[in-house]
Amino acid sequence: MSMTFYLPKDASARAMGADAVAAAITKAAPDAKLIRTGTRGMTWLEPLLELELDGTRHGFGPVEPGDIAGILADPQGHPKALGPVTDIPFFKTQTRLTFARVGVIAPTDMAAYGAHGGLTGLRRALSMSAAAMVEEVKASGLRGRGGAGFPTGIKWDTVRLANADQKYIVCNADEGDSGTFADRMLMEGDPFTLIEGMAIAGIATGATKGYVYLRSEYPDAIATMNAAVIAARKGGLLGDLLGSGQQFDMEIRVGAGAYVCGEETSLLNSLEGKRGVVRAKPPLPALEGFMGKPTVVNNVISLASVPTIFANGAAAYADQGLGRSRGTIPVQLAGNVKFGGLFEAGFGMTLGALVNDIAGGTATGRPVKAVQVGGPLGAYFAPHQFDTPFGYEEFDGAGGLIGHAGITIYDDSADMLGMARFAMEFCAVESCGKCTPCRIGAVRGVEMLDRMKSGDPVAQEVLEDLCETMRDGSLCALGGFTPYPVLSALRLFPDDFAARKEAAE
Amino acid sequence: MPDASQTDRIAAILTAHDGLEGPLLPILHAVQEEFGLIPDDAVPQIAEHLNIGRAEVHGVVTFYHDFRDAPAGRHVVKICRAEACKAMGGDAVAAAALAKLGTEWHGTTANGKVTVEPVYCLGLCSCAPAAMVDDRLIGRVDAGKLDAALTEASA
Ligand SMILES: Cc1cc2nc3c(=O)[nH]c(=O)nc-3n(C[C@H](O)[C@H](O)[C@H](O)COP(=O)(O)O)c2cc1C
Ligand code: SF4
Ligand code: FES
Repeated sequence: MSMTFYLPKDASARAMGADAVAAAITKAAPDAKLIRTGTRGMTWLEPLLELELDGTRHGFGPVEPGDIAGILADPQGHPKALGPVTDIPFFKTQTRLTFARVGVIAPTDMAAYGAHGGLTGLRRALSMSAAAMVEEVKASGLRGRGGAGFPTGIKWDTVRLANADQKYIVCNADEGDSGTFADRMLMEGDPFTLIEGMAIAGIATGATKGYVYLRSEYPDAIATMNAAVIAARKGGLLGDLLGSGQQFDMEIRVGAGAYVCGEETSLLNSLEGKRGVVRAKPPLPALEGFMGKPTVVNNVISLASVPTIFANGAAAYADQGLGRSRGTIPVQLAGNVKFGGLFEAGFGMTLGALVNDIAGGTATGRPVKAVQVGGPLGAYFAPHQFDTPFGYEEFDGAGGLIGHAGITIYDDSADMLGMARFAMEFCAVESCGKCTPCRIGAVRGVEMLDRMKSGDPVAQEVLEDLCETMRDGSLCALGGFTPYPVLSALRLFPDDFAARKEAAE
Repeated sequence: MPDASQTDRIAAILTAHDGLEGPLLPILHAVQEEFGLIPDDAVPQIAEHLNIGRAEVHGVVTFYHDFRDAPAGRHVVKICRAEACKAMGGDAVAAAALAKLGTEWHGTTANGKVTVEPVYCLGLCSCAPAAMVDDRLIGRVDAGKLDAALTEASA
């Protein structure tokens, strides 16, 4: 009987040794079929090997090359056997809509994509008018997953109604936020879903050309996306869309290591071959974007959520969620975390449920001291705030933001003054230089935190003033939101800032 | 004066990118891939071909962290300095690596073998701390794993 193995080729699996496991399988069982997939998102089990037994995929993990012989000899009795993968509680309790195929199929296998529900959304879209398509996105309640939470349907409508000889769909795959990797996992695991979402966006708005602006720190994602674009052209998912006569094509463009290029207007400048400085708004990119033409700029996950919305209907998507946060969100559990990885669920779970129940607390086993939600511009939360439900308005109300939905967990050894200092330092390194409060303020912020550390009694007041100036006087959220992590750390953990004072005295 | 072969190689890169919308970043990536850095005299050649100012090309080259004006060592180690990696002791791993190699961030060892660069997130935040040795990714990195990867890369 021929055996079929599945093993992720995702960067996180490779970083944990998946390639050596693949080599061991090929050596020990040369006749077995080995399919490299995306990741199921359970990083603590990587490399997570799956073996098909009686039509069910059984998991083993974390697997080392030396385990292969034993797994071949007695799969179910192996100490690393996890049973059917989809029964693992972390996986079973998710609502995988956007990530439905990630970890399941070979990423650039067009036939497998079609067999697992791919192209259904595009087919339906091709039968609809552009106005009806935009209505569908509006009805789904989808909001931008890049951070700002702007309603995707409204953005598309602006571009649809704009008059121009050329319009563009630009996918923001800059994913610079620490603690986030959903875009990467989607692009490495199911790139056709993103391409299909972009094609649908193209039909709905009248755009025939797309770009993915992908950060250079993601070489694996770049390779997979490039391969997927070629396969998509062959398979009718790009070019003449499924033979309908509607045209849409796209290119992958690589960033050059500037965090600020995730900001949409800086990204457009970069894509045009300019320095990645932020543009003042208006004009909106929807009206004057890439090359001055109407442009949809959307995050990877926003666009990759579009195919499921069209395949299963807006109502099925909007059924999930809480308040004005509809649908699902791929939460990324990162940092000092026991069960780290990606967990897609409807909005509305509490922060505490995510951190303690799903993520299992810290990897070190020590108490959770703080979590940072939403990347380097997001606020810190302490355990007494863990009843905050995961939603845009709910987090805003608690003085934070969900951003790109990364949660970075810290144990009680974390030095929050050090983290506040790093936030300022990062802002100084990555500032595009356009506004003084950001460019100069961040450098001064680092100085003030160093002075607080050495016990200077007036430094705190100066720091707080500085944060206010940055918040009110910055053109974009890099300068404008850096005060979030700084001030939340200061408010929640005053002892971390005061203890130094005593030590210095 | 740039040597003729460099001029020809850059000319070939420029022609290969004709017809792209916003070709400058793809061109610079290709030039760096070819030469390991952006040679000074590539700037006027690119500017002339794209019909833009030299200052503009220079401004772009210097804006982005990726583009080098000096060659890197034979191997490049990138160590993540961002939050999720800090939460797992990434700073200590980085400090130990820099001390052992006897260099600073962005620096190259005296024998020209290894350049160490900071990176702000590799998207490996659920198996932090993370690093990269050339194109090899390392999760849960520690001194031993980093050493092993460097030894393997040099072999
Ligand atoms: C400094 C800065 C960095 C950003 N980085 C990203 C990013 O990496 N990815 C992203 O999708 N959005 C990022 N954004 C948000 C974008 O400006 C924009 O809101 C988003 O791409 C719109 O897409 P969406 O509506 O689908 O979220 C960033 C914003 C700022 C101010
Ligand atoms: S806030 Fe900072 S990054 Fe944003 S536009 Fe101003 S200087 Fe540039
Ligand atoms: S923060 Fe280090 S890999 Fe993301």
